[in-house]
Amino acid sequence: MRMDLIQPFINSADAVLAQGLESPITIENLSMEEEAYRRKGIAAEVCLTGEIEGRIIFDVDLGAAVQLASRLAGVEVSETNEELVREAVCELANQIIGNSVTTLNDQGFHFHVRPPTLHTSEQGSKSSEDTEALVMCFSTSSGNVFMNVALRHHRRRATERAAVAG
Amino acid sequence: MDKFAPVKRSEDGQPVRYLIVDDSVFARKNLARMVETFGGQVIGEAGDGVSAISEYERLMPDIVLMDITMPQMEGIEAAEKIVRDHPSARIVMVSSVGYQENIVAALQRGARHFVQKPVKPEVLYEVIKYVMRDDGTTPRGAGAGAGA
Repeated sequence: MRMDLIQPFINSADAVLAQGLESPITIENLSMEEEAYRRKGIAAEVCLTGEIEGRIIFDVDLGAAVQLASRLAGVEVSETNEELVREAVCELANQIIGNSVTTLNDQGFHFHVRPPTLHTSEQGSKSSEDTEALVMCFSTSSGNVFMNVALRHHRRRATERAAVAG
Repeated sequence: MDKFAPVKRSEDGQPVRYLIVDDSVFARKNLARMVETFGGQVIGEAGDGVSAISEYERLMPDIVLMDITMPQMEGIEAAEKIVRDHPSARIVMVSSVGYQENIVAALQRGARHFVQKPVKPEVLYEVIKYVMRDDGTTPRGAGAGAGA
């Protein structure tokens, strides 16, 4: 997988989580995954279409998700308030992925991002040879946050765009 | 959260009335909490562009805080439709997707300003003050840009 596509996601997760939690973030683990994605906690999925196509799953351990929701909401959020916790995870995914998309678009990659949806199934689709999945684990003061990025760059579409632009 | 001097409407000194549009309930609550610390009053919320248009017509808020990526109708299209019927509408786009093309499109279609998520209260506060000073005669997009 191209690192220039991945780096904005790492930078954005680092910045958004650090700002939201007001504490430093470290990347604990980074690995390529060939097996189908197995959900670890509360997960949101964002799909991209265009020159870059694929999906990103943002997955947070339940305990960490509750703490993140409380910190971001500015009030104590209980584990029983599942809807608010899920909303918080979706909004975090939206911010992290939106910021990454901003960087990639400004670098000349053109694509569209869909609103985040809850990823409720225990298992996601398998990655393929041309859509490898990179799994990142971020360690935060509230617990672990995982991001699974499976993207494909359509060179032909980029070339076509350049040709049309003249 | 920081303490901010209340932003009031210049014509009658009343609190600024907000319509908050975002498909995330969590994001709406956060923005509502923020604008209340600016002395504002949230008079309505909407979760998509279509509801934003009807809520604008019904409530006639002083400012709309509008997300971009939403189901049914995206924020830029909703902003364009609102401004077409209400040229003095003050719409501030609030989105995590802040690439240049998006910002330019939003400003060209009538938004007054753009703030990137995650929203910093001090940035939104300055944008609100700027937009509320604008009496509607400023050319669209003048002086506006990414707030964060």
